[in-house]
Amino acid sequence: MIRPPFSLPQGIMRHFLLSLATALLLALPGLAEAQGTAAEILNENRALVEKPTRAKIGPVIDALAASGDPVAATVLAAWAEKGLGLRKADGVFFLIEASGHQWILRDLTGADAGTAPKSDMVELRPNAGVRGLIATALVQFTLSDPDPETRAEALTSIARDPEESHLAPLRVAIPGETDPVLKAQKERLERLLTLRFDPDSAARVAAIEGFGADLGLDLRGALNPLLATSRVAFAGEPSEGANLARDLVPGEDLTEVEAHDLLVAAGMAPARLTVEEARAALVANIVDGAVGGVPVAELGTQDARDRAYTALEAAGTVPPAATDSEVAAAIAAHRFAEVYAEPDPAVTTAARAALDAITIKVGAMQTADLALDAISLASIYFLAAIGLAITFGVMRVINMAHGEFIMMGAYTGYVVQLFITNYTLSIILALPLAFAVTFAAGVAMERLVIRHLYKRPLETLLATFGISIALQQIAKNIFGTQARPLTAPAWLDGALTFNDVVSISYIRIAIFVLALVFLLFFLWLMKKTRLGLEVRAVTQNPSMAASMGINPDRINMLTFGLGSGIAGIAGVAIGLFAKVTSELGSDYIVQSFMTVVVGGVGNIWGTLAGAALIGVLQKGIEWLNPSNTLAAQTYMILFIILFIQFRPRGIIALKGRAAGD
Amino acid sequence: MTRQTSVERSFLAKNPSVLWFILILALFTLGVTVLSEAYGVAFLSTSFVKTLGKTLCLCLVALAMDLIWGYAGILSLGHMAFFALGGYMLGMWLMYARTEEIVVAALAQGGLPATPEEIGQGIAVQIFGVVGASELPPIWVFAHSFWAQLALVVAVPGVLALVFGWLAFRSRVTGVYLSILTQAMTLALALYLFQNDSGLRGNNGLSGLQNMPGLAEVSQDRVSVWFFWASALALGLGYVLLAWVVSGKFGSVIRAIRDDEQRVRFLGYSVEGYKLFVFTLTAVIAAIAGALYYPQAGIINPAELAPIASIYLAVWVAIGGRGRLYGAVIGAAFVSLLSSWFTGGRAPSVPLGFYTINWVDWWLVLLGLSFVAVTLFAPKGIGGVFDLWQGVRAPDRKGAALGPDDGALMEKEAKE
Repeated sequence: MIRPPFSLPQGIMRHFLLSLATALLLALPGLAEAQGTAAEILNENRALVEKPTRAKIGPVIDALAASGDPVAATVLAAWAEKGLGLRKADGVFFLIEASGHQWILRDLTGADAGTAPKSDMVELRPNAGVRGLIATALVQFTLSDPDPETRAEALTSIARDPEESHLAPLRVAIPGETDPVLKAQKERLERLLTLRFDPDSAARVAAIEGFGADLGLDLRGALNPLLATSRVAFAGEPSEGANLARDLVPGEDLTEVEAHDLLVAAGMAPARLTVEEARAALVANIVDGAVGGVPVAELGTQDARDRAYTALEAAGTVPPAATDSEVAAAIAAHRFAEVYAEPDPAVTTAARAALDAITIKVGAMQTADLALDAISLASIYFLAAIGLAITFGVMRVINMAHGEFIMMGAYTGYVVQLFITNYTLSIILALPLAFAVTFAAGVAMERLVIRHLYKRPLETLLATFGISIALQQIAKNIFGTQARPLTAPAWLDGALTFNDVVSISYIRIAIFVLALVFLLFFLWLMKKTRLGLEVRAVTQNPSMAASMGINPDRINMLTFGLGSGIAGIAGVAIGLFAKVTSELGSDYIVQSFMTVVVGGVGNIWGTLAGAALIGVLQKGIEWLNPSNTLAAQTYMILFIILFIQFRPRGIIALKGRAAGD
Repeated sequence: MTRQTSVERSFLAKNPSVLWFILILALFTLGVTVLSEAYGVAFLSTSFVKTLGKTLCLCLVALAMDLIWGYAGILSLGHMAFFALGGYMLGMWLMYARTEEIVVAALAQGGLPATPEEIGQGIAVQIFGVVGASELPPIWVFAHSFWAQLALVVAVPGVLALVFGWLAFRSRVTGVYLSILTQAMTLALALYLFQNDSGLRGNNGLSGLQNMPGLAEVSQDRVSVWFFWASALALGLGYVLLAWVVSGKFGSVIRAIRDDEQRVRFLGYSVEGYKLFVFTLTAVIAAIAGALYYPQAGIINPAELAPIASIYLAVWVAIGGRGRLYGAVIGAAFVSLLSSWFTGGRAPSVPLGFYTINWVDWWLVLLGLSFVAVTLFAPKGIGGVFDLWQGVRAPDRKGAALGPDDGALMEKEAKE
C-alpha cells in the first residue's frame, strides 16, 4: 500500500513544530516563560479546548507540551482521561474527579479546591482522534521525564507496542538524554522504529543495514513483519506496485487444491462441490425414490452420486459445480505468487539480507546454546547416576530404590526449608543433612536386606523394588501427592545471559559445578584414600581382602551408604529445578541405570561418558523435534538399546579378569 | 532323573498338578457361573464377575512370567508391555467396529445410503477427533477385520519379542542388564504411546471396549460371563501348554540355563535359541491374556505399560512361588484380589490411637515390605506351603560355603 501523500507533510510539520518549540525553549527561556503556564494556554484557547477537533487542536497541545510548565503533563493526562473540567460560572479549568453527585476539584497545580455539584462543571470529553494526539504528546513528556525510571518504562512500553506516532517524539527526546544507557536504548529504538515506519525508503534501508547481524529479538521482531507475505492469484501479469517475493508454481510450491482455493477465495473461479453440499443437493431432489434417474438405494457410492448430480445439472435443477478439467483450466490461466505486505522492494531486499545474516548467526548461537543445555542435562544425569556408579558399578548391587534416595534427599531439603527460612543457609544445611539421612537409610538397607542377597542379584533387584514401592508410598502418605517447593536462594535465580540466544540459568551452572566436585571427590576417594583402596580390594576379591585384614562387611556397608548419601545430595540439587514429588526418583531411575550401563560398569569415567552421551543425544533429538520431548525420550531409549547390542559392556569396558563373566 | 528315563509314562501321570489345576479351575468356573447374575442365582455382581475374569487373565500372564523367570531365569520387566500390546491390538478392532456401527446408524438418518468414504471419514473423526486428527493412521489399516486384528494380537508382540530378544540374547545381555534393558523397552513403548500422534489416541487410550460390536442387545451381565469362560479356557489351555513345555527335555534345558548358562552352552546347546523361543512364546501368551483382559476392563491407555506394571507381575510370581506353575497362578490371584480389596476401600482401617492406618494409603507399603520379606525369608513364596505339606524339604546345609559358586560344599557337609 502506498501511503496517501498528505500524511507526509503532517508528520514532518509536527516534527518541525516540536523541534522548533524545543529549540525555542532551550534557547530563550525568557520567551518560554512568556508563552505562559498551562492554565494560561488553556484559557487562551478555551473554546477550542472545550470542543476540540483533531485538525485544529494540534497547536494547543503542542504549546502545552512545550510550555515547560511542570503541571502540563498532568493536565494533558487528565484531559485525555476525562479528568479535566471547566467551571461554567467563570470558565476556570480544574482537575475533576467524580464522587457521587459531586465533583472533587483540584486546581491545575494539584492543590485541593473543594467540591462542586455536577451541574456546575463541564466535563471535557475529547474524541478518540484528539486523545491520540494527546497521547503522542504525552509520550514525549514521559520520554523526557526527569525520572530515569519513568523514561525507561516509556521506552519499554514503546518497544512492546511500537506505533508510527512514536517516532517523532522519540527523535526529539534523544538529544536531551543524559543517561548513556537510556540514550543507547533510545537510539536503538529510534532505528527500529525508523526501519518500520520512516516514510523515506533510503532511511529505512540504512537503518536495517546499520544493524548488521544483530541478534536482538527486538530486531527480528521488527524485521519479520516486513517480510510477511500472502499468497495471491493474478489473472495475467502481477498488478503494478505489488512487491513479489516469489512466483508459485502449482503442483510444486503449492498444491492444486490450494491454488484452486486461492482462486475461489478471490472469486476468480467457481468452487468445487463438497461432499456435504452434493449430499444435501441430492437429498433435496429426491423424486419418487430416485435422484436424476438414479435410485436412492444405489447412491451408496461416490460414483453413483456423481452421475446423479450430473443428471441434475443437465436438468438445470442444481447449479453447475466446477469439474476437474475446469479447475485445471482455471489454475493454468492464473499466475500465483507470494506478495510482501510491505510495498517497498528496497526495504524487503535489505530486510531479507539482514534476516539471512541473522539466521546464520543465530544458528551458530543456537548450537552453542544446545551444547550448554546438553552439558547441563548431562551433569544432571551424572549427578543422579554417580551414586549408582558406586553401588551398582563398584559393588554390583542393583539398587532400584536409588531413585527413592534421590527423592528422600529432595524432601530433606524441603523439610529443612520449613524450619529455616533463609534459603542460602537452608541449602547449605540441607546438603549434609540429606547426605546423613540417605547414608543412614542406605546403611540400614544394606544391613537388613542387601547383604543377605549378594549371591542373588536378580532378587536384590526385586527386594529393592519392594523397598522402592514402600518408600514412595510412605512419602506420598507424609507429604501428599502435590509437588512441594524447594526454593533456590536468590543468588541462584536468573540466568547467565550471553545474548538473546545463548543463556544458561545459574542453577544449572551450580549443578554442573556440583557434578564436577563429585567427580573429583569420587576420584580422590577411590584413588587416594585408605577407604578407596579397601573398597577396590573388596570389590575385586572379598576373600583375599579379608585375609589382608580388611573387614568386607564394614566396607560393603560404608560403600553402600556412601552411594546412597550421594544420591541424597543429588536429590537436593535436582529438587531445586524439578518438582519435588514422591515420583521424583522414579523419573530418573531408568535414565540413571542407562547412564551407568551405557558408560560401562565399574568405571567413573564410563559414567561420565554415559551421562555425556545421553545428555547430548537427548538434547540433539529434542532439537530435531522440539515440540515433542516424549518422542525424544523414546528414540533415546531405543538408541541405547541398540547401542548396548554393539557394546554390551558400555563405552569404557573393564578388561581382564575384573570384567567377570 | 527317573522322569526322563520313564518315557512311557503319560504326560498327565508325570504332572499330577495339571489334573488338579484343571479340576479346580473347572469347579471354580462352574461355581461362578452358577452364582452369576446372567446364568445363576445372581449372588455375584456383574462387576465382580468381570474382576474374576480379569484375575484369570492376570493369572495367565503370571504363568508366562513364571516360565520366563521361574524356569528360564530371565527376569523380564517387559511382559506387561506385551500384555498391553495384545490389548491394544484387539481394542483397535473393538473400537473400530463399534464406532462403525454408530456412524452407519447416524448416516442412515441422512436420506441417502452412506458411501464407504463417508463411513471411513465418520469413523476417523469419531475415534481421532479427541487428539485433533481426522484421518485414520496407517496402523489402523486392518482394524475393520476381526481376524486380521486377532492375528496381530499374536503377531505384533511376538515379532517385537523376537526382534528384541534376538538383539539382546545375541549380544549376551544377561541377568540384571537384561532386566534393565527390558524395562527400558517398556518405558520407550509407553512414552511412544503417550504421544498423540502415535496413532493410538495418545494418553486417551482406547475406550468403550466392553461394548461388543454386533452384540448391542446382549446385556453386560451375560457378556461378562462369556468373557469369564473364555478367560478360564485360555488359562486352562495355557497351563496345560506350559506344563507340557516344562515337563520334557526342553524344560530340563531351560532350567539348566537358569542354573548355569555357561555350562549348558559348553554342553552344546544353543542357549540363545532356547531363550529366544521362551521369550517369544511367553510374550505371545501375555498378549493373548491382554487381549482377553482389556475388553473386560473396558479401557486401555499407555499408563498400563508403565514399567511398574511389569514389576508387579514379578511381585505376584515371586509371592506365589517361582519355578512352579501353580505358584504363579496362586500369587497373581492372591495378590491382585487382595490388592483390589485393600485399594477398593473395603478393608477396615486400623486405629492405632495416635494414627489411623488407612489401607488405601498403606497397602502399597505393606505390599512392598511383604515382598522384601518374601524375598528374604521365603524364596519359595506361597508355593512353599505345598512343599511343607508334601514333606519336601530343602537339605539343611548349615555353615558357610567353601567355594565361590552356588552349590559348593558347605563347612558342615565337609566335616561329615
